[in-house]
Amino acid sequence: MTTKNSLTQKSMPLYPAKTKIQVTIIFFIVLGIYTFSMIKTQEDMVGGFGGALGNMYTVIEKFFPPNFAILSAIWDSMMQTIQMAIIATTIAAILTVPLAVLSAQNITTFKPLYYVTRTFLNLLRTIPDLVLAVIFVGLFGVGVFPGILALTVFSLGILAKLISETIESVDMNPLEAMRASGGNVFQVIWYSLVPQVAPQFTSLVLYVFEINIRASVVLGMVGAGGIGLVLNQQLKFYNYPNAMTIIIVIFATVLIIEFISNKLREALL
Amino acid sequence: MENLQLPPKPERSLFKKIRTIIILLLVVALYVWTFTTIDIDWGRAIERAISNFHRVIPKLFSPDWAAAGEVGAAMLETVFIAFAGSLMAAVLAVPLSFMAAQNMMGGKIVSTIGKWILSAVRAFPDLILAILFVVAVGPNAFAGVLAIAIGSTGMLGKMFSEIIESIDMEVVQAMEANGANKIQILFYGVIPQITPEFLSYAIYRFEVDIRASSILGIVGAGGIGTMIIFASSNRNWNEMGMILFSIIIVVTVIDFASARIRRKIV
Repeated sequence: MTTKNSLTQKSMPLYPAKTKIQVTIIFFIVLGIYTFSMIKTQEDMVGGFGGALGNMYTVIEKFFPPNFAILSAIWDSMMQTIQMAIIATTIAAILTVPLAVLSAQNITTFKPLYYVTRTFLNLLRTIPDLVLAVIFVGLFGVGVFPGILALTVFSLGILAKLISETIESVDMNPLEAMRASGGNVFQVIWYSLVPQVAPQFTSLVLYVFEINIRASVVLGMVGAGGIGLVLNQQLKFYNYPNAMTIIIVIFATVLIIEFISNKLREALL
Repeated sequence: MENLQLPPKPERSLFKKIRTIIILLLVVALYVWTFTTIDIDWGRAIERAISNFHRVIPKLFSPDWAAAGEVGAAMLETVFIAFAGSLMAAVLAVPLSFMAAQNMMGGKIVSTIGKWILSAVRAFPDLILAILFVVAVGPNAFAGVLAIAIGSTGMLGKMFSEIIESIDMEVVQAMEANGANKIQILFYGVIPQITPEFLSYAIYRFEVDIRASSILGIVGAGGIGTMIIFASSNRNWNEMGMILFSIIIVVTVIDFASARIRRKIV
């Protein structure tokens, strides 16, 4: 009887019962934490969600129409923001080379050194960019310089990690061949590692540049120069049409730079 | 002995050469422009740094343990914001990613529109979104949740759509050939292929959102950022040290946990 038509019988469920129970439990835990988070975060909200939607409409109305007359006045700040990102990305790209090599498992065979660099980079990446900016502004005063420093440190962490991962995934055969024929460490790195990593390196630097543009836009909120400074002032004066213009300019700049960087990446790879 | 010769270098077309030269020239011009027009007040920066150094740096490394309770509560709120926000984003990103993936809804037009929506959303920095939501729903943690949710949707949607585009379409075709309808294909052909990677990216996004939500308070959107702003305007660097310490601990723990979970899923 069981042999007659085993295909149509529900003898084998799609997933085993244990997995099903596990998934159900995890689902309810996630849902529980979510509900709790939603309740917690809405605790000090006035008026509840229904009020918020109506509120949002009146607010968005306040932002329009944007005041495009200030375009020429904010142009300089926007350029400053881009310059901050360019300088920070460049410095980070230079500093990242030794760090990335030291934190790549296949090049740095001396384990303690590898672990020290890895841990240092991991720590560096946990600090948000704005926190760095706040500290550097406290140290160097309001201006472009603390912004550049904050961006550099912030992007160094990301870039070094991404590039060390690229280095770890290279083809080791050329390196071994080079070593076997008597090349020293620097020759091995220059002639067999660099050619393999170069295109990825450029692409990742461009990617970090995009991240830096986004980050540098907001650094000014804490006094680290650029367009964020102007935006913060306008918001403090409740001058929403001006703020909207700045937001639109930021939006357009980010899109344009992303487009250029994508094109460059395609050309280089 | 045979005359050994290196293989000839591959010919590069004139167009490519010219293009490389133009790109190089533009990059050089960009650098010249940047370094000649940026104005950094070195004198003042160095002077300030010398007078501030002992007031800031040693204090950062001696955290104010008395503030630990307050900082801990704010950090917990930050985690809640990130969790609620990234879960919302993970749900919102699914329909958008199906729309943006070229092999799903059929038709290039739908997918192009989907991709546009996603990249438009991505172009807004989280903090700018937070500003808009703070104005809309008031200065509280929920504004942060909304900012994180919208901000992450752009990125997650893009990642998800790339995952969908990379699935094995033969499974889908086989089911079509067997007469399965759209819903059946979706549930038995597509979803099993994408679920592990979707979850993995959503969890990864939670890591990113923890970092993002820790600064949202700077514009009033709740979490630890509110304390960052107070500590910096009061020049209370001991408290800042405590805040920094708690951010580093929480982010490290969550990174570690999420990496383990993701390794288990994929």
